[in-house]
Amino acid sequence: MIEFLLDPWDLPFMQRAFAVAAVTGLVCGVVGVFVVLRGMAFIGDAVAHSAFPGVALAYTFNGNLLLGGAAAGIVTAVGIAFVSQNRRLKEDTVIGVFFAFAFGLGIVLVSTRDTWTTDLSSFLFGQVLAVSSGDVWTAAAFGAVLVTVVLALRKELVAVSLDRETARAAGLPVFRLDVTLYVVVTATIVMSLEAVGNVLVLALMITPAATARMLTERLGTMTLLASGIGCAGSMAGLYVSYSYDLAAGGSIVVVLTSVFALVWLLAPRHGLLTRALRRTTDAPRVSPPAEIPAATAGTP
Amino acid sequence: MTGTETGSGNRTGTETGTQIRAGTGAENGPPAETQTETGPGTGSRAETGTTIESLLRVESASVTLGGRPALEDASLTVDPGELVGLIGPNGAGKTTLLRAVLGLVPLASGRVRRPSGHPVGYVPQRHEFAWDFPIDIAGSVMSGRTRSIGWLRRPRAADREAVDRALELAGLTELRRRPIGELSGGQRQRVLVARALAAEPGLLLLDEPFTGVDVPTQEHLNELFRRLAGEGKALLMTTHDLAAAARTCHRVVLINRTVVAEGGPELLADSEQMLRAFGLHRAATAAGAVAA
Repeated sequence: MIEFLLDPWDLPFMQRAFAVAAVTGLVCGVVGVFVVLRGMAFIGDAVAHSAFPGVALAYTFNGNLLLGGAAAGIVTAVGIAFVSQNRRLKEDTVIGVFFAFAFGLGIVLVSTRDTWTTDLSSFLFGQVLAVSSGDVWTAAAFGAVLVTVVLALRKELVAVSLDRETARAAGLPVFRLDVTLYVVVTATIVMSLEAVGNVLVLALMITPAATARMLTERLGTMTLLASGIGCAGSMAGLYVSYSYDLAAGGSIVVVLTSVFALVWLLAPRHGLLTRALRRTTDAPRVSPPAEIPAATAGTP
Repeated sequence: MTGTETGSGNRTGTETGTQIRAGTGAENGPPAETQTETGPGTGSRAETGTTIESLLRVESASVTLGGRPALEDASLTVDPGELVGLIGPNGAGKTTLLRAVLGLVPLASGRVRRPSGHPVGYVPQRHEFAWDFPIDIAGSVMSGRTRSIGWLRRPRAADREAVDRALELAGLTELRRRPIGELSGGQRQRVLVARALAAEPGLLLLDEPFTGVDVPTQEHLNELFRRLAGEGKALLMTTHDLAAAARTCHRVVLINRTVVAEGGPELLADSEQMLRAFGLHRAATAAGAVAA
């Protein structure tokens, strides 16, 4: 068992992979909390896909892949934030059209190169086992900045999330806060591309935060849990990948989703967990004793 | 519902559409950064009963939502110590008027005047708030002070004291650690009131505070609003609950896309004014002619 745990650490490429997975999981957890609470999952997906043509362009012209992806993603994110200020348009429709286009454009761009199928798969599914130590430090620095921004703006982000009209009436710059959050989400997605790739990055952001939401009614606890689950789940996924020789990005997502499923399944049945769970329903719980017969609540 | 015609002649210059509708879809107004909102076509209509120290003066305000007039040439004032009820049918522009005061919808004409130095507290309808957010009552009340705490700062002692006072006034001190997802309708309403009070406003705008709340909460809020007015705050409250308005308000303003009448709560017993406000004026005058 100990050998199993320590074995991969002897390999330098695995050490780097663990470091990137841990940092990515942690940052995605913190940022994902707001993605989940604001109902931004679809926007996140759109941004992840629209980062793709930027990455592809950077690749075609031998530029910095991270910067290319970030630029394309941020352009989209700001565009989405702008469109969503005007509620006359069905936002999800516009996003749907846009991100499918961006993804297609990315594939077209990548296909201009000879070795494109290999490259494409590393964009789509990550290449965590091939990161350099420079990549590790870039991810760590990026991540530190993103977490700092989210924590520094937490109070304002909470006020806008609770009630954006009243926040606007109180004079908070709601649009600029939206844009900032979208930019942070985009940057987080782009920095996570190496670990899990374009297709699966959303899971790294959404799943730990969604799991944490089922376990707590406190934002601080939810943030800690989400980053902890994201960090530990990513590393556990790498272990699975290493031990059974499976795709790293996919293994990480499968492990994170298993944790989500366990919490979702087990929590409502356990008395203890039910109290901790307190899923939001319209029915108010008047007093603690009212929670005890929750075990029979499933049979109407 | 078919529309009304303002045929009585005491309101000139209002071209009434045939449809009563106050949309809530337009959200592209500028943020309310300034104390004074000025629209084009400054109204010059002299208003009676206004004083310099009014905490709110709405002068000939018109608002267009989605190409339709939601509010036309509406004027009203709220003085310190006054609790004013804004009464009217659904779609009469009550919420629109509040949103115009807050700068959340742009004025097509007219203006809204507020003295500087008095923050405005806003109590929106309960469905405007994200009750599924993982936060407790004290935290959501503290969110009402976000702006005054300032960027990159944590709440200080003064902020915590203001929150404690607001919780006390709303009767939520005991429940302060309870997650907001577990509250009843009445408790939620009190959270919204406490959040607005936490900012220590001079003017309080309340949108349907009595709708769908239990009787004890109604009584509590009733008492609280009177007390706040007694402390010199100005309160403007929309409602379609006439009984509640008659009990609580010092003055009522009947609105149906424009201000139809205003006066003491006894106005609510004036059937002709009420019928006019609720869009049945022609029927009322016809009935009056028959009676005469």
